[in-house]
Amino acid sequence: MNAFNRLLAGAALGLALAVTSTSAMAETPPNMLVIANRIDDITTLDPAESFEFAGSDVSRNVYQKLVNFDPLDLDAGYQPDVAESWDVSEDGKSITFKIREGLTFHSGNPVTAEDVQFSLRRAIVLNKTPAFILTQLGFTPENVEQTIVADGNTLTITTDKSYATSFVLNCLTATIGGIVEKKTVMEHDKDGDLGNEWLKTNTAGSGAYSLVSWKPNESVTLKSNPDFYLGAPAMERVVVRHVQESASQRLLLERGDIDVARNLNPEDVAGVSSVAGVKILGELKGRLMYVALNQKHPELSKPQVRQAFKYLVDYEGMRDSFLKGQYTIHQNFLPQTYLGASDENPFSFNVEKAKALLDEAGVSGLEIEVGVREAQERIEIAQALQYALGQVGITMNITVGTAKQILARYRARELDVYLGEWGPDYPDPQTNAGTFAYNPDNSDGANATGLLAWRNSWDTGGLTEKTAAAAVENDTVKRADMYNEIQAEFRETSPFVVMFQQIEQSALRENVSNFSTGQAITSASYWQVTK
Amino acid sequence: MALVESSTEGHRSTPLIRWIKSILKTLGTLAITMLGLLFVTFIIGRVMPIDPVLAIVGERASQSTYDAVYQQLGLDKPLLVQFGHYLWNVLHGDFGNSLLNARPVSEDIARVFPATLELATLGVLIGIFLGVPLGVIAAVKRGAWIDQVARVVALVGYSMPIFWLGLMGLLVFYGILGWVGGPGRLDIFYEDLVPIRTGLILVDSAIARDWDVFRNALSHIILPAALLGYYSLAYISRMTRSFMLEQLSAEYVITARVKGLSERQVIWRHAFKNIRVQLITVIALSYANLLEGSVLTEIIFSWPGIGSYITTALLSADMNAVLGGTVVIGLIFICLNIFSDLLYRFFDPRSK
Repeated sequence: MNAFNRLLAGAALGLALAVTSTSAMAETPPNMLVIANRIDDITTLDPAESFEFAGSDVSRNVYQKLVNFDPLDLDAGYQPDVAESWDVSEDGKSITFKIREGLTFHSGNPVTAEDVQFSLRRAIVLNKTPAFILTQLGFTPENVEQTIVADGNTLTITTDKSYATSFVLNCLTATIGGIVEKKTVMEHDKDGDLGNEWLKTNTAGSGAYSLVSWKPNESVTLKSNPDFYLGAPAMERVVVRHVQESASQRLLLERGDIDVARNLNPEDVAGVSSVAGVKILGELKGRLMYVALNQKHPELSKPQVRQAFKYLVDYEGMRDSFLKGQYTIHQNFLPQTYLGASDENPFSFNVEKAKALLDEAGVSGLEIEVGVREAQERIEIAQALQYALGQVGITMNITVGTAKQILARYRARELDVYLGEWGPDYPDPQTNAGTFAYNPDNSDGANATGLLAWRNSWDTGGLTEKTAAAAVENDTVKRADMYNEIQAEFRETSPFVVMFQQIEQSALRENVSNFSTGQAITSASYWQVTK
Repeated sequence: MALVESSTEGHRSTPLIRWIKSILKTLGTLAITMLGLLFVTFIIGRVMPIDPVLAIVGERASQSTYDAVYQQLGLDKPLLVQFGHYLWNVLHGDFGNSLLNARPVSEDIARVFPATLELATLGVLIGIFLGVPLGVIAAVKRGAWIDQVARVVALVGYSMPIFWLGLMGLLVFYGILGWVGGPGRLDIFYEDLVPIRTGLILVDSAIARDWDVFRNALSHIILPAALLGYYSLAYISRMTRSFMLEQLSAEYVITARVKGLSERQVIWRHAFKNIRVQLITVIALSYANLLEGSVLTEIIFSWPGIGSYITTALLSADMNAVLGGTVVIGLIFICLNIFSDLLYRFFDPRSK
């Protein structure tokens, strides 16, 4: 017994010693921004390859682009960045950018038109996943030497068609438009990979921040660039720490060990909103939650069935219950805040109407499979839908899998129904119109796995041509009208049940000002943040 | 188990030859086990309905990008050829690059494994130093209040979800009381302050004599380690109790008591001495389990260890990382086995 007592006492003492760091509320240093976020999606930091949310956040702060968004005035659209100004040729195919003088890379070398030429050509030649954002404008690895040309202090790009200037420039604001330093990158060229291997884990930019370290699934640390042309950022160091759990993020925020928590679930948002010293920032993001019906399915391809599904979603019920605060009802493929976005949401939960439509189509006793990835809110939406479908005699079996499992089947056109999210790739309406409403070849052989319309075997009818026409319309007002028109038809005829648009709720310490996660059009930026 | 030479030839061999044979046998078993482990993991990884190409190129990739990566990964070749190629590289010390973060897997593991090692070691030490005496006392005082307490402690340890206990621990000791550090291995201000030598922050900071970092690291590790320690304590104390009960009812214990030895001598010198060998297995198993990485603990405490590394890799179809991690864990099990085998020989005179 004595031995045990001694041991217990020893353990208690050990514990007490261990906690000598007993502290009052912690606070991060005034020149440092500490963010908790899920960063396990970062696979590469090369702007020519990076295509994930957390990676885009890094890129936005490390690399400049020809044109860029002002985080304090996102509604203003693209603004000059590395390009001081630009001129469009008469035939509308060429844009000549004048490169801003006096910009330097983090290495100290000046940013030149040649660096810009190298960066854009490189992105096209490497042909990584996001390359389509540029190649859709007619650039190919073969023609880049003629179509992207630096001349002294200017750079001219020539597209294959006379696209809307807003379309071209919006594409250049995407991560892939990041300007890398040619000299540094080529010093790390390995077997002609244009420095891709090296840039995956290193950076060579001229943005407000440079990379100190990226520890996968652990943290990203940035330090400010004192020579940044818009002025040295107030936050001299930014640390984005990978914290998977919402509850852990909340505790860190409440204790003052972090300044921003980016992945709180609705319960934790509600919990911290009443905590002194914490505020909530809600921003409309581009992500849409939708259900898609495979048109290879003989029943699901009937127009009445497609309509019926749109009446079988309890939009308000879900928004006001488990999705509380994280999503708003949205039934169009262009997210709110996009050019041409529509706020028409004509469908509401109406079982009787759905029943009538199904009767009209002669559908009864249908059994289908929906693929959902294992994310809490998606599974809950699937269950709500399953219940509603049950009311009209449709049995829906839910297959839950990892993102990769479900996506592989979705891309192979194997799922009856898919329930998931879609986020735009660049801040132009074409990004979503070009995937939801555009499908020039619906055959299996086309293998257009990047197009949602193709994945669901949907021949969009006239919408493909209308979408193509909108991309080359230079009158912005007219262009917006065209997208509105496309969406009106899409809402009625498409096999897509667009349900919600995401609202990202970040919780911030009260002293953090000007923080922005980039709304629907871009990523998070830190250089304007003050404390 | 102890190796017992039984063949007549064995009796004729010199100790050196026997020793060499035994080493060779162990190495042979190790090699075959590792090969089997690699093969099974490799095949499971390849036949799993997860697409590693998609994991790299992402959902939006064009077919040509997809095809290029598919070939680059060698997925167009027959499975056995792929395995042969992989094995060849492994034998040359190359586990390949993580498909997802483009870094060498060996580098990744060198980064995440020390985090787990540090946590598991502290956890198992807590488990041993509290669990063994608790089990012994529970056996000696069978049925008394201390036995009941030990039973409840173990029961709670077995049945309480670690996820819940971890979060509650964080809430109380970090959130409300502020006694311990929060999720992560260090406060952000202390990161990158001491040079990395072993990857074990407690050790590195002690070497660097940076006691602020050491204290901070300790305040972060103590809660997850106590949590893991609690779970191994539950197991170790129950096993110790039952081993001890068996010994205490043995005749030699009665004899010892009749001889007039003190209770302490009977328990610790006689009975406990005889359960050491069994206890080693229990502790080794417990330790091995912790070294595998407790995924949930690592997630709650944002602990960048091997458990969450392999899980993330598995869910993302990053097979190089999964295989690399599996090899490490396989090696740990084998090494612990060999180690406990050596301890057996040391403690059990019969195996000498």
